[in-house]
Amino acid sequence: MEKSPPFRENISAFFAEIGELTYFAGRYFREALSPPFEFREFLRQCYYMGNKSLFLVGVTGFILGLVFTIQTRPTLLDFGAVAWMPSMISVSIVREIGPVMIALICAGRIGSGIGAELGSMRVTEQIDAMEVSGTNPFKFLVVTRIMAATLMLPILVILGDFIALIGSALIENIKGDVSYLLYFNEVFEALEFSDFFPATIKTFFFGFAIGLVGCFKGYNSKKGTAGVGKASNSAVVFTSMLLFIIDFIAVFVTDIFY
Amino acid sequence: MNAQQNSSTDKKGKPVIEIKNLYKSFGKLKVLNGFNLQLFEGENLVLMGKSGSGKSVMIKCLVGLLEPDSGSIEILDRDISKLNHKDMDELKAEIGFLFQGSALYDSMTVRENLEFPMRRHKNKVVIENADSLVLEALESVGLAKAIDLMPEELSGGMQRRVALARALILKPKIIIYDEPTTGLDPITSKEIILLMENIQEKYKTSSLIITHDVDCARVVANRMILLLDGIDYVVGTFEELQASKDPKVQAFFK
Repeated sequence: MEKSPPFRENISAFFAEIGELTYFAGRYFREALSPPFEFREFLRQCYYMGNKSLFLVGVTGFILGLVFTIQTRPTLLDFGAVAWMPSMISVSIVREIGPVMIALICAGRIGSGIGAELGSMRVTEQIDAMEVSGTNPFKFLVVTRIMAATLMLPILVILGDFIALIGSALIENIKGDVSYLLYFNEVFEALEFSDFFPATIKTFFFGFAIGLVGCFKGYNSKKGTAGVGKASNSAVVFTSMLLFIIDFIAVFVTDIFY
Repeated sequence: MNAQQNSSTDKKGKPVIEIKNLYKSFGKLKVLNGFNLQLFEGENLVLMGKSGSGKSVMIKCLVGLLEPDSGSIEILDRDISKLNHKDMDELKAEIGFLFQGSALYDSMTVRENLEFPMRRHKNKVVIENADSLVLEALESVGLAKAIDLMPEELSGGMQRRVALARALILKPKIIIYDEPTTGLDPITSKEIILLMENIQEKYKTSSLIITHDVDCARVVANRMILLLDGIDYVVGTFEELQASKDPKVQAFFK
């Protein structure tokens, strides 16, 4: 029999993986809606994801605010529109840059962590040990992690956005002599519900995607320790791509309604 | 050779595990080809076989990690194919499993590792006495001082002993050991073998031991089964198998 060309194989492998991921997501909803609920493990995962990502999100958000303001300032000065700085920065950060950047950071931090952890548990038979002890490992490991990522990402994004605005206000205070109070007055005047609400809703989907892909890659990890590295790596790559697709859909839908 | 019929061993008591005509394939690869096994109450049954002979597949079928293509598995008089999820989970509480690589949950302390199966089965009496049961299980493997350590802080032998304590925590009627001495130095291996003997004496368990280690088999086995080409090729005591003239059997003892 003639061997299929590699391109065709890659395409069919890609769609096979999409099919498996969809089945995995379906199983997640089935398991998530049926008792028993692993509430303790869910809280542990929320703490782990939130607490351990806090510093990274804070630093990233702060630098994002600083850099964005420094880079934008000269252009606005040229047009004599520097007074628009707080409104422009806040809308950009809250609507788009904050959620996407922080979700990408979390894909690296949380998604790869889940992929590596579950992958390692798979190859060292810890998942089998759970099953043998009468525990549903999917419920205990996968459902709790996806739920925690879905819940924690919006919180991290809101926090990251706020810290980014603090960074921006700091630059405006130093370079433009704008007081913090004036800066944040301008920010809250510029921001509307239609800026904040759709952006927050899409972060739930970002969190879900990060948790889902991380768990999918890790839970189905094969081929020993090399498979763990691959699971972790491909979780980040696949999630990053998925985040941009979700973002595109979210922006498209938002554009229709607002 | 019909292994079960050729065994000269006296079969006392009733079987706690009975496997009949077990078949399992992966695609075209036939792994189990009508495998039979009987584990009697209170006995240590050693299962030996070459790598890739289907030992791990057999125990995965036994504990419900894999579904056999055909054949029956009865554990404690219950046909596992007819059990629902809840009943299967309850049955799992009667089976302790020592994994080859210990399989301790590395994000949990030793205490949490041992408490995990107890909390799963939600037996109120057991949960209320969790601390004393954990301590008792750890004392029985000589590791009471390691109670608050993380698995990564333990040596390979210590991890294996903690895993054994975890397998014992619900006081199971059956313990399955998957390569209990693999990867351990000879001294630690002897300690584990001694522990297995002590545990059987103390808890009166029935044990199914999957091993390559002839020394381990010599010490612990009441009966042995050789798994070859997916079937129970021969059954007998260690001495009977060692005295066999069959070259396939002899290959294991050289």
